[in-house]
Amino acid sequence: MAAKFIDISKVDMRFGKFHALSDINLSVEQGEFITLIGHSGCGKSTLLNLIAGLNRPSSGVLVCSGREIAGPAPERAVVFQNHSLLPWLTCFENIHLAVERVFGAKESRAQLDERSWRALELVGLTAAGGKRPNEISGGMKQRVGIARALSMEPKVLLMDEPFGALDALTRAHLQDELMRIVAATGATVIMVTHDVDEAVLLSDRIIMMSNGPAATIGDIVKVRLERPRDRLALAQDPLYLDYRTSVLEFLYQRQGRPAQRFAA
Amino acid sequence: MSAIYTSLGDAGTAPETAASALAAAGAGPAAPSRRARLAAKGVRLPPPGGRLRPIVMRVLPPLLGLALLVLVWQILALRNPGFPTPLETWQEAAKLFADPFYRKGPNDQGIGWNIVASLRRVALGFGLAALVGIPLGFLIGRFSFVYGMFSPLISLLKPVSPLAWLPIGLLVFKAADPAAIWAIFICSIWPMIVNTAVGVQRVPQDYLNVARVLDLSEWKVVTRILLPSVLPYMLTGVRLAIGTAWLVIVAAEMLTGGVGIGFWVWDEWNNMNVPHILIAIGVIGVVGLLLELALVALAKAFSYEEK
Repeated sequence: MAAKFIDISKVDMRFGKFHALSDINLSVEQGEFITLIGHSGCGKSTLLNLIAGLNRPSSGVLVCSGREIAGPAPERAVVFQNHSLLPWLTCFENIHLAVERVFGAKESRAQLDERSWRALELVGLTAAGGKRPNEISGGMKQRVGIARALSMEPKVLLMDEPFGALDALTRAHLQDELMRIVAATGATVIMVTHDVDEAVLLSDRIIMMSNGPAATIGDIVKVRLERPRDRLALAQDPLYLDYRTSVLEFLYQRQGRPAQRFAA
Repeated sequence: MSAIYTSLGDAGTAPETAASALAAAGAGPAAPSRRARLAAKGVRLPPPGGRLRPIVMRVLPPLLGLALLVLVWQILALRNPGFPTPLETWQEAAKLFADPFYRKGPNDQGIGWNIVASLRRVALGFGLAALVGIPLGFLIGRFSFVYGMFSPLISLLKPVSPLAWLPIGLLVFKAADPAAIWAIFICSIWPMIVNTAVGVQRVPQDYLNVARVLDLSEWKVVTRILLPSVLPYMLTGVRLAIGTAWLVIVAAEMLTGGVGIGFWVWDEWNNMNVPHILIAIGVIGVVGLLLELALVALAKAFSYEEK
């Protein structure tokens, strides 16, 4: 078993009087694919922001590769839900901005350009390099967002519902692409999602969060499915269906919201 | 309506009216027009000349409005003997614009020179206001401390007519020309400060998060994120400012004298030359419109579509 790569211990998060997260303990191994799942408002994005360093915890410690997380850093790249590309830069320039920051001090201009193009190539968007974000589709924007994150060669890839705003077909396509990229780069990924199938398909472990306030980790499912995974084959796989059912049970029986229980 | 078309289609067999019979004779009963055939099938057709209509509808209302203005003007002029008719004014304007750039002493120059003088004052006052207002707006938007310092002052001073500052300008600069520029400076600076500050405050948090995650240097944050996202707001401020500046310059020049379109209006009033005053009103309007259009075009060139 590899050493703990990310270690979260006794983390509490309060926003003023609101107690968002309570007593979060989690460690992640290098190369692991983790998803955080739970009802909206359960603090999964808050936890991701803590790991990103965008927020500091009220108490507790977060450690990434032996160092305490004190703020955002390129080693922990974030893919935002709404892609957050800068609309006045082309796709290439958006990526180049990140590449320049991380490698600008050590490498030549040509090498930096080369890196930016390679990142675009990784998500199959070399042709769209000269286009502005408003000239490409939502799925393409999200891929540029992923390329930007990957171009920094981060130790961890943090993704906040990266495919949430996309249609089902585009989402499936990008999930496959993400699995391919992760397999190729060996990246450690922590991803927030509210899609049960997405969680089972992609994860090594699914972290299921209880409802807030004072949300915490309710249960963890270890997904022991062989990689590479094929969504069509898995659809019939009893093991896959078991995992799916246990996540659904957690979400709708153990953590079902009162309002949802009485609905319909 | 459809009855007419239908009868047109059947015209060969049973002409009902003289008009339809005539139309049928033109088209020939054997081959009714496409329009008639479609109408016979019950297809609802747009009225004839459909392609010409949008153009007519765009040109006609403004022309009618202009005609109404000229009509009212003509009636007013006929009832008041001192008031020139549109035609007299037009003839006078033709004379005036035949030689816009003459100089016969400091108080008698062509209308072209007067416009240039006013534009020069506006450009100077406006440029200085941009030089001070835009950086100040950035600071106010970025740092809440600076915002706290200046926000009450701006709220207090913004509603004051810039002409109230004119005596201060005269006192400090001891000359009419800088005082007029000073008034323009004062009236242009508020919209520039306020809009720039609002723009900086409204930079989407997402972009700032990107800056934090990428750990960009302050210089990159300013050039790659703040400036581009504030630019549209800034240009709105600039547009508002130029509109006000052009309003204020006429009044300021009436008070300070010298050369300039505002002074020219006042001078012609003293000469009782009413056609010239009317021409000046038109010219001020046209120049103001052109300034506005130029800035709209500029804003368009620098705007990007979101999402």
